[in-house]
Amino acid sequence: MELNYHGPWTESDAPHSDVIMSCRARVARNIAGFPFVNKASERQLQEILNISRQVLLGGGISEGMFWIDLPQATARDRHLLVERHLISKHHAASNLRRGVAISGDEALSIMVNEEDHLRMQILAPGLRLSHVHRLIDEVDDAVEKSVDYAFSPRWGYLTACPTNVGTGIRFSVMMHLPALKITNEIDRVRRAAKDLHLAVRGYYGEGSESAGDFYQISNQITLGRTEDELRMELEEAILPRIIDYELKARKILIERSCSLLDDRTHRALGILRSARLLGTEEAMKLLSRVRLGVHLERLKNVDLEKVNRLFLQIQPAHLKLHIGREMDSDELRAARADIVRQTMNQG
Amino acid sequence: MTVKNGIKKEVHLCHEHAIDAGIDLPEHQPISKLLAQVTVSHAKSRSRSEQRRCPECGFSFAEFRKSGTLGCPECFNTLEKPLTTLIERAQNGATHHTGKTPKRAGVSLDRQLIIQKLVKDLDCAVSAEQYERAATIRDQIHTLEIITPPDDRN
Ligand SMILES: [Zn+2]
Ligand SMILES: [Zn+2]
Repeated sequence: MELNYHGPWTESDAPHSDVIMSCRARVARNIAGFPFVNKASERQLQEILNISRQVLLGGGISEGMFWIDLPQATARDRHLLVERHLISKHHAASNLRRGVAISGDEALSIMVNEEDHLRMQILAPGLRLSHVHRLIDEVDDAVEKSVDYAFSPRWGYLTACPTNVGTGIRFSVMMHLPALKITNEIDRVRRAAKDLHLAVRGYYGEGSESAGDFYQISNQITLGRTEDELRMELEEAILPRIIDYELKARKILIERSCSLLDDRTHRALGILRSARLLGTEEAMKLLSRVRLGVHLERLKNVDLEKVNRLFLQIQPAHLKLHIGREMDSDELRAARADIVRQTMNQG
Repeated sequence: MTVKNGIKKEVHLCHEHAIDAGIDLPEHQPISKLLAQVTVSHAKSRSRSEQRRCPECGFSFAEFRKSGTLGCPECFNTLEKPLTTLIERAQNGATHHTGKTPKRAGVSLDRQLIIQKLVKDLDCAVSAEQYERAATIRDQIHTLEIITPPDDRN
C-alpha cells in the first residue's frame, strides 16, 4: 500500500484551523441497472467493481489514482485507511467484494460497494466547504460521463438507505472544541445541532465519542434543498456560530481560570514529553489540551503542525506501519509514548 | 475496558470491536425509530404493503424493516407509499428532489411535471391547514422554478 506514516494533510494555516481540523463533502451514488449492494449477487458485485475500477482508474478523474482491493488488503492496512478517514469502519469490516480508489494526494477517495455502489469524498484541512464541494461535483460529473446513475426526478439520486435520497450529499467538518468541553457547554451545541437536523459524532464515528474533544458535524437533510443551500446553511449560518462559541469559551477560560488552564496545558505537555506508556485515548486527550494551549499562546515553542500530525500517528495501525510489525496493546502503548516523547521534545 | 497490570487497556477503534462494545451507530438516522412512526401512520394498510414485493428484486417492506436498506432502485416505486412517509419524516417534511440532476443524455426530466405535482401537494396541505408542510413545499417549488432546466445547462 502506498500510504505513508506522516499523513498528507494537516495544515496549521488552513482557514479556521484553530477550531476546524478538516472538512469533507461526500456523495452517495448507485449505478443504474444493478440491485443495491446488500441485494446484489457476488457476480453483480464483481461487475460493479470492474466497471468502477475501469472508470475511476481510466484517467480524467484525478491525478495518480490508485486502487486498493479490500479483501486482499491486510487488517492493518484496512485500519490504516480508516484512521486516515479514507474508508468507513463499515467498509473496512464488511466481507463483500469491495475496494477503494484513492487519488495521489489522498484528497479524493471513492469507496466501491460500501452501502451504496459509490461513495465519493473529498477531504481538505480547515473550513473549505465550497472548495471540497466544487471538487466532488467535478468528480461526480466526470464519473457520470461513463456511468448511468440510478436517479428519479422525484427522489433524486437513489440510495440503498432511503433516508439519503435527494442530493445524496453530506458535508461534514471535524471540529476541535476543547473549551466548550471544559466549560460544559458542549451539550448545548449537541442539542442545538439536533434541532437543526445535524448529526454530531466523534473522531471515528459514534464509537469514539469526543476522543480528543473532536466532534464531527454533518447535515442529515439531503432532500428538498439544493447542494448549495445545504452547504451554505452549514458554512454561513451554523458553523460560524459554533466557532464563535468555542472562541468565546476559550477567552473566558483565559480571563477567569487562567491558572487552571495553564496547569492543564503544561501538565499535558509534561506528560507527553516524559510518559513511557500511552493509550490512544489518553494521548488524544493530552494532545487536545496541548493544541488548545498553543492556540491560546499559553504554550510556547511547540510546533502545531507536529501536534496535529500526532493525532494521526498515534493511532494503532499508523504505529504498526511506523514500527514495521504487529504489536500487542502493551507494545503499542510503549511505541506510542516513544514517538510522542521524541516528537514533543524536539520543540 | 479492562484493567491489566494496573493500567487501563486501550479502547480499540475498529468496527467489529465497537460493535462488540455496543457503541456503533450507522451513518444515517436510525431506521428503526423512523419505522416505528411509519408503522403507526400506516397501521391499516400495513399488512398489504408489508407483503408487496418489488418485481425487480423481490424485496418487501418487511425485509426493509429488518435491514434498513432497500433492494434496488425500483423498490422506490414498489414501496412508494410507506417510503414517502418515512422519507418525509427523515427529511423534515421534504417530498421532492430539488438539487443536481445528471446531465447525461437518456435521463429526461420533466421539471414542469414535478412542479405541477408540488402545486397540487401545496393545495392539499393548505386546505388541511398543514402550514409548516405547505411552507416546505412552497420553498421547493421556488427552488425548482429558479433552476435552469437541465437542457439549458453546460
Ligand atoms: Zn444506510
Ligand atoms: Zn427492488
